[in-house]
Amino acid sequence: MHGEARRRRILAFDSVAMSTGLHFDQVRLPPACEALRAEVRAFLADEIAAGTFDPHRPGHGDSHNPAFSRRIGAKGWIGMTWPKQYGGHERSFLERYVVTEEFRVVNAPVRLHFVADRQSGPILLKYAPEHIKKDILPRICRGELCFVIGMSEPGSGSDLFAAKTKATKVDGGWKINGSKIWTSNAHIADYMLGLFRTSPPTKENRRHGLTQFLVDMKTPGITVNPIIQMTGQHDFNEVVFDDVFIPDDHVLGEIDGAWKQATSELAYERSGPERFLETFYVMLEMIRALGPDPDLRSAEGLGRLVAQLHTLRRMSISVAGMLQAGKEPVVEASIVKDVGTIWEQKLPGRVRELAAFLEPEISNRATLDEQLAFATTIAPKLTIQGGTTEILRGIIARGLGLR
Amino acid sequence: MVARKRRNKARPGKQTLDQVSIVASETDHIVAETAARIFKDLADPQTINHVKSDGWKLPLWRALADSGLPLAWVPEEFGGAGAGLVDGFEILSVAGRYALAVPLAETLIAGWLLARAGIAAPDGPMTVAPAQPRDLITFNHDGTLSGHTAKVPFARDAEHIAVLATSDKGMMVALTAAKDCRRDDGKTIAGDAAGAVVLERVRPLRSAPAPAGFDQMSLMLVGAAVRAVEIAGALETVLSMSVAYANERVAFERKIGKFQAVQQNLARLAGETAAALAAAGSAADSIARADRFDDAVFLEAASAKIRTAEAAAEGAAIAHQVFGAIGFTNEHVLHRFTLRMLAWRDDFGNESWWAAELGKCMAKRGADEFWPLIASR
Repeated sequence: MHGEARRRRILAFDSVAMSTGLHFDQVRLPPACEALRAEVRAFLADEIAAGTFDPHRPGHGDSHNPAFSRRIGAKGWIGMTWPKQYGGHERSFLERYVVTEEFRVVNAPVRLHFVADRQSGPILLKYAPEHIKKDILPRICRGELCFVIGMSEPGSGSDLFAAKTKATKVDGGWKINGSKIWTSNAHIADYMLGLFRTSPPTKENRRHGLTQFLVDMKTPGITVNPIIQMTGQHDFNEVVFDDVFIPDDHVLGEIDGAWKQATSELAYERSGPERFLETFYVMLEMIRALGPDPDLRSAEGLGRLVAQLHTLRRMSISVAGMLQAGKEPVVEASIVKDVGTIWEQKLPGRVRELAAFLEPEISNRATLDEQLAFATTIAPKLTIQGGTTEILRGIIARGLGLR
Repeated sequence: MVARKRRNKARPGKQTLDQVSIVASETDHIVAETAARIFKDLADPQTINHVKSDGWKLPLWRALADSGLPLAWVPEEFGGAGAGLVDGFEILSVAGRYALAVPLAETLIAGWLLARAGIAAPDGPMTVAPAQPRDLITFNHDGTLSGHTAKVPFARDAEHIAVLATSDKGMMVALTAAKDCRRDDGKTIAGDAAGAVVLERVRPLRSAPAPAGFDQMSLMLVGAAVRAVEIAGALETVLSMSVAYANERVAFERKIGKFQAVQQNLARLAGETAAALAAAGSAADSIARADRFDDAVFLEAASAKIRTAEAAAEGAAIAHQVFGAIGFTNEHVLHRFTLRMLAWRDDFGNESWWAAELGKCMAKRGADEFWPLIASR
């Protein structure tokens, strides 16, 4: 009898009560965005014509281009959504979305300002004291400052709250000792936003005890050791702190309470167009290679990729629109990154399969091969950086009510 | 939609919609709520799954007909409810959440097709033919219809069939009595009628030319968007059921939802559901706003059918894995959703066909025109 009763309960059904809570508003970019898009495309076309970068050769040439970043800043395309009093332009997140995606699809070299624009600036805006905001934010907007994120440590990557690098209270500030790792851009960065341990975790809350700091990378005691990636590129580093002094006014937010601070910002970081367009160039080059009349196998393969890409972009724009409207689509944003990064990671493999039957004499074969080689080597990182697939799925599972 | 309304209400004052154009959430959802109420009372999946006859179908259809929902896409001047495309797609989303097994979607499409040609819709369940992109029906010189078309959903349950036919003078829309057509008893994998329809010089009750530019692809695009919306709805229920079950079922002394392996699978199911919702919602929105079916509408509807079909396959597999053996029984309600969303993949062009068409279209436009089209949506 007991078994029967339990089975009935399992079979109980009420689909109206059982809503997933997943939601994607139908967001279309407003007309203002399209005027902006035209302006961005014209600017990029001029830069490409002038030889600033080659859109067909990602990974070729320096993605760190200070003069280019300054020209972008002069156009008003960095810190677009920030208040004017800090050098920002008070435009919408959807307008920023347009700029980000147009720069991404031509592989424009935005390394210098991208992290500052996407995540460091917004954190400073929220937690830095006024005089620091007045000093630093306008310089970010002008494309002058590069930021690095100091979170992972040797021994703590995805498990952020295991960080050990210590900030000890001293007169007028804090002394940092320890090291951060996988710090992209540390070798060119002006500032780091770092997470350091100011107290031990408590029994009740293992996330307690970490504090966020603004670190001037020119401070004495900081050593940056390069770590060369499997692609041969130099992107990340180890940063060693030896009695590095940070003044009190460089504390960002609540001491010991950094874990409370990183929720809505992460939604922006997770759901942008850079989370599925990282290897887009191989798809574009493949369309060029196929020509106007592809065989059925290629057409079918291409069509699926187009459908998947279009869907990802619609999801991503929807999240941007919901954020703009003041909603908090935290689970939806994590889903965009989970589904998006896996898609962009698999894309080079899919294109490689489709390319197997290309005519040998097609004119862009060498370009496609070079792009495929590059995309294939960078692909593994796409589901690791900024929150691994496993971490994201844990967040999604939590949002579904599973943990 | 009902849930969404509740959610928005819970957070007043946070909706600053400046510069964001949102269509769907601006509407009232009254029509969708009516549909949900009727389905809850008369199409409860669990109840239906337990009864052995089709006796529930008639009262359900009567309630639907009384509410005007089946003719939501027929303008009032042609005897319909004139509710508009947005409302109709919302009804279908709810229908998908109930894995509805009566020809509501088909009657909506049929009524819409007839209205294109100025033909008033009759009462009673309808379906539409052809339902496959490569099946052609001919409008003969003597005003009769001939052709063979496979897998017409609910053909056996329909009283009328709205037909799109080719003729020397262009596309024709015709209304036929279902009894005048030969229908076999083919079924989908979910057990719903989906037989072939054979027309041998069938004289239609009415016929009229389709509007200029309207072709078989136009019908397939609407059909694809309809099935995409239904699949996304079914996935929503499959996801909620799976999560609820994982939070209840205990194995190895823990709720199975506490195991990371299960959590990762359910997160993937959420990803597939999200993709389906976004793709289908976007296509429905595009069709509702379109004044003509251009490459952009084609991209939207084709993508929705392809992506929701992929999500249905992935999603069904994950859900069954979560439920284990109980979900594989006839007694459990899960198969009503999984089999139906898998079957819906096949109507109005399956995902492989749409992918080939979409790929050909993008290749023809060329690489330089590719990103501008994607970015225009």
